[in-house]
Amino acid sequence: MTTILENGVPPADRVIELENVRVAFGGPKNRVTALAETSLRIARGEFVALVGPSGCGKSTILKLVAGTLDATEGHVFVAGRGIGGSPVRIGMAFQNPTLLPWLNIRDNVMLPLKIVPPFRGGFAAKRRIEYSDRVEALLGRVGLSGFGDKFPWQLSGGMQQRASLCRALIHDPTLLLLDEPFGALDQFTREELWEIMQTLWIDRRPTVLLVTHDLKEAAYLASRICVMQARPGRIIKDDAVPFARPRTIGTAYEPDFVSLTQRLRECIVAARSGQAVLP
Amino acid sequence: MTPLLRRRLLSLACILGFFIAWEVLCLVFHVSSIVLPRPSQALVTVWTRFPAIWPHALQTIYTTLLGLGLGIVVGFLLGMLIGSSRLAYDTAYPMLVGFSSIPKVAVVPIFVMWFGAGTVPAVLTAMIMCIFPIVVNVATGLAATEPELRDFMKTLQASELEILWNIGLPRTMPYFFASLKVAATLAFVGSVTSETVASNRGIGNLMMIASSSFDVPLVFAGLFILAALGIGLYVVFSLIEARVTGWAVRRDEFGAD
Repeated sequence: MTTILENGVPPADRVIELENVRVAFGGPKNRVTALAETSLRIARGEFVALVGPSGCGKSTILKLVAGTLDATEGHVFVAGRGIGGSPVRIGMAFQNPTLLPWLNIRDNVMLPLKIVPPFRGGFAAKRRIEYSDRVEALLGRVGLSGFGDKFPWQLSGGMQQRASLCRALIHDPTLLLLDEPFGALDQFTREELWEIMQTLWIDRRPTVLLVTHDLKEAAYLASRICVMQARPGRIIKDDAVPFARPRTIGTAYEPDFVSLTQRLRECIVAARSGQAVLP
Repeated sequence: MTPLLRRRLLSLACILGFFIAWEVLCLVFHVSSIVLPRPSQALVTVWTRFPAIWPHALQTIYTTLLGLGLGIVVGFLLGMLIGSSRLAYDTAYPMLVGFSSIPKVAVVPIFVMWFGAGTVPAVLTAMIMCIFPIVVNVATGLAATEPELRDFMKTLQASELEILWNIGLPRTMPYFFASLKVAATLAFVGSVTSETVASNRGIGNLMMIASSSFDVPLVFAGLFILAALGIGLYVVFSLIEARVTGWAVRRDEFGAD
């Protein structure tokens, strides 16, 4: 359900607001609660990471925000959705690149421009060359210059994932939803993409919701980390990440950073063994 | 000699070998041409009686292509409906399976009753023969669309039509062409079956008449022509397929891991 909160329109800087949201699957007999009573507020330009063990409802929150899943109870508010005016522009990337095999990299990245309102008009008006330059520039930023004519199967997994990130960013989304986009990559590619991701975020300041099981990744990228617990899924810890930007891979080896990931880890382990550490 | 040429030559030699063995065995064992004509006899019959055979061949090509064309249109639309709607899947699928289990030979008299003997029943029989594989494959292709891609398109506020056009249809193409190659050969089966039962034109009718006068070389000439037509249509679809869905056949020319 997507509605405006009853107690008035949320403050202008709130992009996402989940209020007492609950999600359950299945019939009355075999009911599985994917997400217990959960509230979450995300302000414009925040970079929020959701971490936790598998099955804790991380992706469920992402789907609620994306609008591809309806809450069983409670309110999901996403700025611009459900009310008049310009709808929120969402970019999305997944663990698998999910590029279309029949399109080359350029056309794959261009796909959102074909569909999202302010750009699709231009697409009809044959501004393809301008869009093509735009795609090329973005491909250059992730280190894929000159690969626009290649097909997805001609690229390595890491390169496909870079292209998939470009596809999520090409239409200048104000809200970026990332579902473990770096999960299947090797250590070095992952760290490289973290840096690229951070730079892009500092430049454009979209609101980002990142689902990950990598604590280092969360601490490196996010400005806020929500730790989740499984069965039933809920947020048990919600902390700001204080480190100055831009962060580097070196930051990840500083004592404060290490102790943060250590604390997050303990929190998740404790929650798994049944003794939840509440904030 | 390149490996490809070698492979081609080898397969050609084996195919020729089959016909030569047939020829030789018939000669050695003195098999009468009324029982089993030699391939050379059939080919000579095709050559000498070509003016008589040609109009029949044209008629069969005409009914088959028309039936196939209708079958493609109906099958594709039905497949899209079944692939994108749960209700359509639940209702149309069992009916389709039931319908395609009926021997088509049993349906021809009904068509003859409705439309009279000749072209129309042949076209319709060819059509119903090739609908089933097309429907099944198109529906399967649509169902194979990754749910993540659907979600991705939905977050871009894409309409169902845009999802179908940009994701569903291209994804379906390899399945569609695979079914076309089956459907093309089945269409011949359909039209010839109908011509055999009720028509005064077409290769099926020609073979029927030839067999009733024990002109067995002519029967085999008909078979050879049908086989050649079937191969021709198959090749045409293969060529179109290679152009349209080349992406589905991965080539390792880039050397990425």
